[in-house]
Amino acid sequence: MANVLEIAGRETLSQLDYIGSLNIQLWATLRGMRAALPLVGNRHRWRAAVHQMLEIGVDALPMVALMAMCSGFILAMQGASELRRFGALHFVIDLVAVGFTRELGPLLTAIAVSGRSGSAFAAEIGTMTVTEEISALKVMAFEPVEFVLAPKYLAALVAVPCLSIVGAFFGILAGGLFMFFSTHLDLLLYFRYVLTSIELRDVVAAMIKSLAFATIIAHVGCLEGLRVRGGPDAVGRSTTSAVVRSTFLVIVADAIFTTIFYFVGKT
Amino acid sequence: MSIISVRDLVVEYGGRRVLDGLNLDIEAGEITVLLGGSGSGKSTLLRQILGLEQPKSGSISIKGTDITTCSQADLKTIRRSVGVAFQSAALFNSLSLEDNVALTLREHTALAPSVIDLIVWLKLAVVGLAGFGKLHPQELSGGMKKRAAVARALALDPEILVLDEPSAGLDPIVAAELDELIVFLKETFQITALVVTHEMHSAFRIADRIAMLFDGSLLAVGTKDEIRANQNPRVRQFLNRVPANPMHRPAVAAYLERYVQSQEAKP
Repeated sequence: MANVLEIAGRETLSQLDYIGSLNIQLWATLRGMRAALPLVGNRHRWRAAVHQMLEIGVDALPMVALMAMCSGFILAMQGASELRRFGALHFVIDLVAVGFTRELGPLLTAIAVSGRSGSAFAAEIGTMTVTEEISALKVMAFEPVEFVLAPKYLAALVAVPCLSIVGAFFGILAGGLFMFFSTHLDLLLYFRYVLTSIELRDVVAAMIKSLAFATIIAHVGCLEGLRVRGGPDAVGRSTTSAVVRSTFLVIVADAIFTTIFYFVGKT
Repeated sequence: MSIISVRDLVVEYGGRRVLDGLNLDIEAGEITVLLGGSGSGKSTLLRQILGLEQPKSGSISIKGTDITTCSQADLKTIRRSVGVAFQSAALFNSLSLEDNVALTLREHTALAPSVIDLIVWLKLAVVGLAGFGKLHPQELSGGMKKRAAVARALALDPEILVLDEPSAGLDPIVAAELDELIVFLKETFQITALVVTHEMHSAFRIADRIAMLFDGSLLAVGTKDEIRANQNPRVRQFLNRVPANPMHRPAVAAYLERYVQSQEAKP
């Protein structure tokens, strides 16, 4: 019995330790972020941030677009098969439009980015830790948080919301194609319906979510990398753990935000 | 006055005492070799001197500033006068050799790019890598990486050069070349060098002063001749390469005997 309590206690402490480290890292990075900003900051950090933006955002575009289109078709078809029975096929438009703007656009993007870039952050920083590059940065009078983390976080904050918008657009486009082929609804007309069903509030909520997801993915990836101790096998484990933890936390955060927006939206 | 002085340094890892009340003075313009077997605490001492870890108690002052209590800004200032070449070289893999050497020059000085190019070329020429600036670290051999790390450590013309196991894992010829390089640097630039190694031969070639570390405390400090004349049994053991725990030959022989018999007994 005591053993069970001991294990539970140790697990709780280690989880709290993790959340605490994540918070400390977040604030340290926010403080170091100024250096990564254009004009006011250090141009080397800004260049690194732009490079990261291309890697996180532009390189992921085809994948996110394809994922969103497939999900768009799935959502439209699943919705249509039920809604058709009530003769309410046109509600598919609202389903796809609202579903992608509020929910699937940011979420699908976050999952894709956590798989692509979260793991890359963990692997890159983990390798730097193992090969003493992080120590080298410190003794060369650089701040690893400012040098490595800040450009990555800034890049994620810019790239993830942009990708979410692209993801939502392609999801909605897939819905339009489905409507065109099943009911010969004109695409332009479809987009006009879409615009009437989306409110500005939905878009703002989606952007807030995207920023939160970007924060989670960037910081979990970087923290996993910095916590690597040992050799190359530890880097592999940290990469896996970065994807698993960030995907999990993204979904938890999504649930929390959706609940908040649900209650805020009612009043 | 000594340029680095370590006073009553105590370091513990998870309750295990790694360094126990260590005192060490490193004189300006000399090559001090830190000699010791695996697990003697020499890497720990090095990380302490570089300010990468906090001691449990004691103080370390570099050029008169106590780095265990000084501010981050002071620590950064001191770090600019210390050049470090890590055991694993710790070159930044994403940068070419030139960029590795130029990094601190570009970020910590206001020198013109043409001047920086010239300095980088000079530093690479000093270590015999003048034509290799465009290569990336992964395209270099082990010895070249170590020399490149020395070039990077020299970039800001440091007063103190710290080398962690410069000859580990290198063939005798390359190791001898590195020893020559260290002596050359001392003679031409009056640099203070702290070299951590476990190679007796190279230690006696380059050292002005040798500090022998055993089990977290200093066994002997002195010039080459003083160390050679030292009668401490541990020092003698290290110098004469006597195994600490001579293998129990009878036990090994008996084990082999049993193994051979069991193999023969098989049909």
